[in-house]
Amino acid sequence: MAVIDYGMGNLHSVASALAHVGADRVVVTHDVEQIRAADRVVFPGVGAIRDCMAEIRRLHCDELLQVALTEQHKPVLAICVGMQALMSHSEENGGVDCLNVIPGTVRHFGQPLHDAEGLRLKVPHMGWSEVRRVSEHPLWGGIPDGTRFYFVHSYYVTAADRSLVAGSVDYGVCADAALARDNLFATQFHPEKSHTAGLQLLRNFINWTPAC
Amino acid sequence: MGLAKRIIPCLDVDNGRVVKGVNFVGIRDAGDPVEIARRYNEQGADEITFLDITASHEGRETTVHTVEQIAEQVFIPLTVGGGIRSVDDIRTMLNAGADKVSINTAAIHNPELVRQASQRFGAQCIVVAIDAKRVADVDGQPRWEIFTHGGRKPTGIDAVAWAVKMAELGAGEILLTSMDRDGTKNGFELGVTRAITDAVDIPVIASGGVGNLQHLVDGILLGGADAVLAASIFHFAEYTVPEAKAYMAERGIEVRL
Repeated sequence: MAVIDYGMGNLHSVASALAHVGADRVVVTHDVEQIRAADRVVFPGVGAIRDCMAEIRRLHCDELLQVALTEQHKPVLAICVGMQALMSHSEENGGVDCLNVIPGTVRHFGQPLHDAEGLRLKVPHMGWSEVRRVSEHPLWGGIPDGTRFYFVHSYYVTAADRSLVAGSVDYGVCADAALARDNLFATQFHPEKSHTAGLQLLRNFINWTPAC
Repeated sequence: MGLAKRIIPCLDVDNGRVVKGVNFVGIRDAGDPVEIARRYNEQGADEITFLDITASHEGRETTVHTVEQIAEQVFIPLTVGGGIRSVDDIRTMLNAGADKVSINTAAIHNPELVRQASQRFGAQCIVVAIDAKRVADVDGQPRWEIFTHGGRKPTGIDAVAWAVKMAELGAGEILLTSMDRDGTKNGFELGVTRAITDAVDIPVIASGGVGNLQHLVDGILLGGADAVLAASIFHFAEYTVPEAKAYMAERGIEVRL
């Protein structure tokens, strides 16, 4: 299993969480051969989107990801900024074109932000929010609908094709918390930081055999 | 249902050992930060904060190693603070497995560090720690100043204005400690907590003075905090994290159960 490393911060937690739930030979790498040889690929991300996209392109991680998704049909899990990088465009850093793997936008929550009762919400959205199940998926196995996962983000995803939304979260707006298409699953939350529910999702990922 | 209010146990670590002690039933080594962090993780803590109070350079390397060990076993967010002075220090801690770093004195000496760190690593991992102490009222209004050196040295900086400035520079969160209350077990200083939570749009963690579970509730309902941090009430097993969450939930606070 390969965790794609494009030099943007802490991938240690993702790798150790995967190892903890039984993934064998987790490599954190941007090496072409290692990623091609991996049976599964995790595409994480933290930090600002402009720097992330620059490094993704410089290290050709975009091409590697496409190969894994559409030629090799391997299970791919994108996390947080990794999910945002899959979309068409992000508002962050004055506007950055992303990979357009999943058409859709990444927008700022906006301030002031309020919930349905008019209470002020802080940005970043930081902490444990309930994820509402929108579609059934093998990666939700053993995780009750409405389980809380750990989020930390100031920008949120809206996929153009609403049939791809696997989970959503309310935070002043209805944001896409998880997207699923064929052999790709993407989460805005951090499963590697979401305690038992997150570990269960990662366990489901390493046992997942996509239908395509 | 919205965002849960967070409970964050804090470990003060000196040369790789938790100081202030801990008193869990069944724990093998009351000073081992890895074992204690794992225990809080099992109890359902929402995050863990690791405050490094080590003075020596050698000790700092021990800290990095300890953070690595915790990150391998604890799958909730981990914040590391204490002695963070540069972008390199931040990178070292993030690479060791910290999810966030807390910057305190270095932000006072060099506020640009907050901007640089936020741009480089993202606001989500930059916490600015503010140690505030009440000073003489101005025009009948309470006023709090930033103090350094464990609350001994005034800086003349207004705590509320500072929090606003830190948020503008790119801090993702404020860790607010009342130096008047820290260690007293008399509860948070709610005045400064409310003043800062009202003044900034980023989350605020209240810290300093927790002696019972009602103090946690007050920090959230009266102080407006997004998270509450405590050390001794959890270390000495006066209360467990689940007890704290149950108490808060009974009083209408949304928590992750």
